[in-house]
Amino acid sequence: MDFIYGLLPADLPTWVRVLGAGIACAVIGVTAMALGPLLYVYAETKVAGFMQDRIGPKRVGPHGLLQTVADAVKLLFKEAIYPAGADKKLFILAPCLVVVGAFLSFVVLPFGSRMQAVDLNIGLFYVVAVSSLSTVGLIMAGWASNNKYALFGAMRSAAQIVSYEIPAMMSLLTIVMIVGSLSLQEVVWAQQGGLQSWFLFRFFPIMPVVAIVFFTAGLAECNRAPFDIPEAESELVAGFHTEYSGFFFAMFFMAEYTEMLVISAVTSVLFLGGWWAPHPALQQIGSVGLGPFWLIAKAWFLMFVMMWLRWTLPRLRVDQLMYVAWKVLLPIGLTLVVLVGGLVLWFPDGFAWDGWVGWPLTLALFGFLFVVMQRAIRWSRKRAVEMAA
Amino acid sequence: MNSPITSDQAYGWRIEDLDVDEMILNMGPQHPSTHGVLRIELKTDGEVVRAARPHIGYLHRCFEKHAESVDYPGVIPYTDRMDYVASMGNSLGYALAVEKLMAIEVSPYVQTIRVIMAELQRIASHSIAVGTYGMDIGAFTPFLHLLRDREKILDLFEWTCGARLLYNYNWVGGLSHDVPEGFVKACRQFLREFDAITYPELMDLLIGNKIFIKRTAEIGVCSPELAISYDLTGPNLRGSGVPRDLRKDEPYCGYGQYAFDVVVGKGAYGPLGSCFDRNWVRAVEMHESAKILHQAVDRLEKMERTDVREKVPKRVKPNKGEVYGRSEAPRGQLGYYIVADGTAVNPYRVKVKSPCFTAMSIFHVLARGMYIADIIALIGSLDVVLGEIDR
Repeated sequence: MDFIYGLLPADLPTWVRVLGAGIACAVIGVTAMALGPLLYVYAETKVAGFMQDRIGPKRVGPHGLLQTVADAVKLLFKEAIYPAGADKKLFILAPCLVVVGAFLSFVVLPFGSRMQAVDLNIGLFYVVAVSSLSTVGLIMAGWASNNKYALFGAMRSAAQIVSYEIPAMMSLLTIVMIVGSLSLQEVVWAQQGGLQSWFLFRFFPIMPVVAIVFFTAGLAECNRAPFDIPEAESELVAGFHTEYSGFFFAMFFMAEYTEMLVISAVTSVLFLGGWWAPHPALQQIGSVGLGPFWLIAKAWFLMFVMMWLRWTLPRLRVDQLMYVAWKVLLPIGLTLVVLVGGLVLWFPDGFAWDGWVGWPLTLALFGFLFVVMQRAIRWSRKRAVEMAA
Repeated sequence: MNSPITSDQAYGWRIEDLDVDEMILNMGPQHPSTHGVLRIELKTDGEVVRAARPHIGYLHRCFEKHAESVDYPGVIPYTDRMDYVASMGNSLGYALAVEKLMAIEVSPYVQTIRVIMAELQRIASHSIAVGTYGMDIGAFTPFLHLLRDREKILDLFEWTCGARLLYNYNWVGGLSHDVPEGFVKACRQFLREFDAITYPELMDLLIGNKIFIKRTAEIGVCSPELAISYDLTGPNLRGSGVPRDLRKDEPYCGYGQYAFDVVVGKGAYGPLGSCFDRNWVRAVEMHESAKILHQAVDRLEKMERTDVREKVPKRVKPNKGEVYGRSEAPRGQLGYYIVADGTAVNPYRVKVKSPCFTAMSIFHVLARGMYIADIIALIGSLDVVLGEIDR
């Protein structure tokens, strides 16, 4: 905002410059938010194509870059169909609520030390609150559609989001205890000083677990595979948006991908240092700060992980989903809250190995988990083949 | 356990039949996972299915009546359209039955080609079955990996007889075309890729996946006795641990000369006869088919080429009589009962014993008490093709 403020002629009254800069920022921000999904959907199709040994879109525009634009234009021009017996008001209101819920989180996302719409002192609380807003929209969509599949999808999504909010909350609490503030900007500032002070790499074996719990719960909250049971296309046709067409469908789509970005960005802010570069030397080139670049790079990496999971894993069943939330993630989350609470009390400066030992160890842990998983897969294949013999 | 459906129940439940918490959910005929135009009526209590009732017949095309009005070779294109995912198996069964009726003995060369085609078709068909099953559970990627390989098989078929889906290839007394020059080499290339990449990747990505096992290994359990009493055949029966395979038990086309194992379900991750076992049997059968193919291709290479239409009769007109011929199609035992009256060039009656039809008959027994998501898993594990059920 300061940048645009500086661009405006200095002889204008101050309030005009503030207003102008504010409106310009809002326009740029909202446009970026609204057009972002076009890019993410394109990325998703390309990632899927890569994983499935095919090419993906390539006809429309260079390398198919305009494919999603064409899709969006098609959706905009399509007639919106209202099913017989649908509650028309709620039917229209539902996608709006979902989109609003997804977009509102951007208000507190810090893209740089001063690139933030509002630095709410209850930022984390706000994120959790507005991201649950979409649940209301989903239930509304399911109910208003007058369709049994949509209703099933709505019920599933309500149960799922409410359940997974609790473990997500638990892992948020640990961060809040360490930082001592709910403001997202404060959380980022607490991770100043490069890679070794990111929360992912603090309290070595503990914070990686917190991060995994949060990311898993986040996946479930934005209805992504393997937790995509509310839309489960093979069971519920399309779940809560079965009856939607045209622009309203596009809004659901937009909301889904925006939520993905929000969850990824919040995870980056909480655990991966937000807009801090991995090394202080990389924080800016000349006088140009690279904060937004780093945050978006981290968020996009996490989005790629989400896509990776989606195109690899099968879907859980409803009861298994609840099992994971209540009997696996919640006990882990509660334990972590107690544990981190104690650690913050007794080791206010962190563990002795937090500095330059913690992060290689964490990366080694992830590497180790990766190898273990690979071994497990090999073993299960061997077993499957041996069973045949 | 399996109360018969009475006639007054046949057209759906009425509101009075439902408890307060129950709801009727119509799954299909336009549903992404009913594998065609199957319609299932589910009486649901929340996510739990209290009762299920399949409705079939949306794809009825009067196959058996058609068969009575065309001549014997003319039936073959219609058989292709029954189980359209595995057409080679259908026409092979019909050709074998008519040959049995007319006492025609085809040459070993033709038999070997028939085995190659049947086994290639089995791999292609099981690729669809296992791949779409993964998709039913929510894993999209294995499906496309398998379709990639199915495409190669279809290329081989197209190269041989010009068609990719409905071949009209197995004729009474022979084949429509000889295999082209270089077929053996192309077939070997395909097998190399399948053995080295697709099959291990499938086992890694889908069959050995923990979520996949959790989803499928406990549900749709069909004991061996139940399977036999409902006349399940093929992979569905073998999934329940019954080693019944016509290729071994009543060898035709010289299947007795090939070394391969009959894959039976082991119940390694749950009760025997679960959805996982049925699907696992299909996956491993692809590997067994590849084993047969290796041997068959080796045999074919050493053989003298003969005319594949040598024994094809100018006019197929069997004497008065009847025959029941059966073969192991990818989906189970496919039987043709053919009656010839001895005067006409068209069959007096052709009756098909369809493996999918009998598999569908057990559906309402297994479906009771499942979750809605499991219903999808059950349909996929029975691997029905509606074209064959409705005919």
